[in-house]
Amino acid sequence: MVHKSFLDRIALFGRSGLDIIESMGRSLIFLWHVLIGRGGAGTGLHLLVKQLYSVGVLSLAIIIVSGLFIGMVLALQGYSILVDFGSEQAVGQMVALTLLRELGPVVTALLFAGRAGSALTAEIGNMKSTEQLSSLEMIGVDPLKYIIAPRLWAGFISMPLLAAIFSVVGIWGGAMVAVDWLGVYEGSYWGNMINSVDFYDDVLNGVIKSVVFAFVVTWVAVYQGYDCEPTSEGISRATTRTVVYASLAVLGLDFILTALMFGDF
Amino acid sequence: MRIRAVEISVGVFLLAGILALLLLALRVSGLTVANSTDTYKLIAHFDNIAGLTTRAKVTMAGVAVGKVVAIDFDTETYTGRVTMEVQSRVNNLPTDTTASILTAGLLGEKYISFSVGGEDDVLKDGDVIYDTQSSLVLEELIGKFLMNSVNQD
Amino acid sequence: MSADDAFAVELKGVTFKRGSRKIFDNVDIRFRRGKVTGVMGPSGCGKTTLLRLMAAQLKPDKGEVWVNGQNLPSLSRSDLFDMRKQFGVLFQSGALFTDLNVFENVAFPLRVHTKLPEEMIRDIVLMKLQAVGLRGAIDLMPDELSGGMKRRVALARAIALDPDILLYDEPFVGQDPIAKGVLVRLIRLLNDALGITSVVVSHDLAETASISDYLYVVGDGQVLGQGTPDQLMNSENPRIQQFMQGNPDGPVPFHFDAPDYRDDLLGGR
Repeated sequence: MVHKSFLDRIALFGRSGLDIIESMGRSLIFLWHVLIGRGGAGTGLHLLVKQLYSVGVLSLAIIIVSGLFIGMVLALQGYSILVDFGSEQAVGQMVALTLLRELGPVVTALLFAGRAGSALTAEIGNMKSTEQLSSLEMIGVDPLKYIIAPRLWAGFISMPLLAAIFSVVGIWGGAMVAVDWLGVYEGSYWGNMINSVDFYDDVLNGVIKSVVFAFVVTWVAVYQGYDCEPTSEGISRATTRTVVYASLAVLGLDFILTALMFGDF
Repeated sequence: MRIRAVEISVGVFLLAGILALLLLALRVSGLTVANSTDTYKLIAHFDNIAGLTTRAKVTMAGVAVGKVVAIDFDTETYTGRVTMEVQSRVNNLPTDTTASILTAGLLGEKYISFSVGGEDDVLKDGDVIYDTQSSLVLEELIGKFLMNSVNQD
Repeated sequence: MSADDAFAVELKGVTFKRGSRKIFDNVDIRFRRGKVTGVMGPSGCGKTTLLRLMAAQLKPDKGEVWVNGQNLPSLSRSDLFDMRKQFGVLFQSGALFTDLNVFENVAFPLRVHTKLPEEMIRDIVLMKLQAVGLRGAIDLMPDELSGGMKRRVALARAIALDPDILLYDEPFVGQDPIAKGVLVRLIRLLNDALGITSVVVSHDLAETASISDYLYVVGDGQVLGQGTPDQLMNSENPRIQQFMQGNPDGPVPFHFDAPDYRDDLLGGR
């Protein structure tokens, strides 16, 4: 048994802090090379399409189902709270604002990190461990441009679209519950909503949020895959890290963005 | 064959996303297309604009005819200066029009309501509305009520 | 200073460090053109690093890597890209691209480096697959292949551009005897038929010695010995002897560094 002295523990703590900073630096350089570094061969549009499919289209199912259920729950809960104030006709605007400003971008980002993000990390990590990335280099193709860049762009493009679909499905799901089941007047549901939802403040801000989240989640996912230890244990650790880091980053950024966008009281 | 299916589904996905954004813009937030360009500016000074924000509606007879675009403090008159954009087709507001800050519902947001006066001349771009009624502040209201009930005794 | 034409690849005075550890310390290794040269050594001696240095995936801290008369570390990016046509590399796991089928995998280097029409590419792919005996698998996906088959397809891909130099990274690891036999035959056959220079990095003594014309044994950042397989078998150097004969104890000790046995047992922790 080796007993670590108190000083040793502090040293370890400092070391891990430095490691984290070093890792963040590496990931920035990585990002630079992928997005801006000297271009490789070919346009790679077909690569992008393939990635849009595996990252975007395949996430549609979970996004639509989640959006539907969350919208319905929002309407249900919202109604039960508002009815005490006699304001149940405002449930439409409540559902819409909650989804557009917060839940749409944030929940989509979290689901995306779990489903598409972890898949990206595992895929890239697997390519690294089976030396496919090295093979590409040997043949003369830059894996950063051929493998990583299409996945990064696919994430940037898909996630905001998925967030919009999430919100739309949620609002219509909420309408189903509120109007058809709970008896809110259809005109009030949509009318109050249109009156209180502002395109620039609510819809556009939500889109900006989901673009920022898309950037962060995809970057974390792709970097963790590229940087992982090329063993199966390393890959599974990297996958876990992707989900954890991406989720925390999304929630943290959400607070900052919300404060910036909606916080001027 | 397989590639075609992939491309088609990606295309459908992108279309669905763009459609969702359009739906949000038009159906949910009521963004109207024939909007901003045909407006003219009017300015009003209020003693108290409490609760009024930019983008608040400007209405007349309950119908939206414009919106608030800027609120700032006028250091010379110690009043709040509100700048509004009114639709150009509403071009027959007399110069003694009143602008009041009202509340939508009991706990709702503040908006501006115009009521007409009787002058012949009409307001033009950049004109100032002089007749204004400030926002109702709950404390002042209660204060007045208490004063009145004290006076009656 | 250009290289002697008899040697396709020369490493001169190469030093490579990873962290504080010197993987190679002022090492000179030469690979004769048209011959099969084996590189052997204990685990962790840097055999794979050597391959990567030769294939310009890594840059040496000091020294030169001469390939076909060009010093790799000094080449520009586009020259390096062109150089890659002269190399074929076979990785330990085959490293086939999992999202492409066999045909697309073998065609990949052709598409990257040439602008040949589709019919020509198809013909070349068929020929290469025929050479490794897998022409019938042309439409399969990598996950439908056995391990040995994957390596053969990877070999077909490595020779797609008819390279001068083939690098094999641990080709015999984890293979059953039949698969090993196939690979041994292919390596020798390709070398003799195409006149290429083959470098086999391995610690599988029997197979490597059986096909190599010349052997290097590396360890501790140095070349411990070199010569034909027979010369090395009869070597005087104790480290080489231990390696060639597979002795469990010798210059590489059996016991990992530990305090005195008696003290450990009696003292308790």
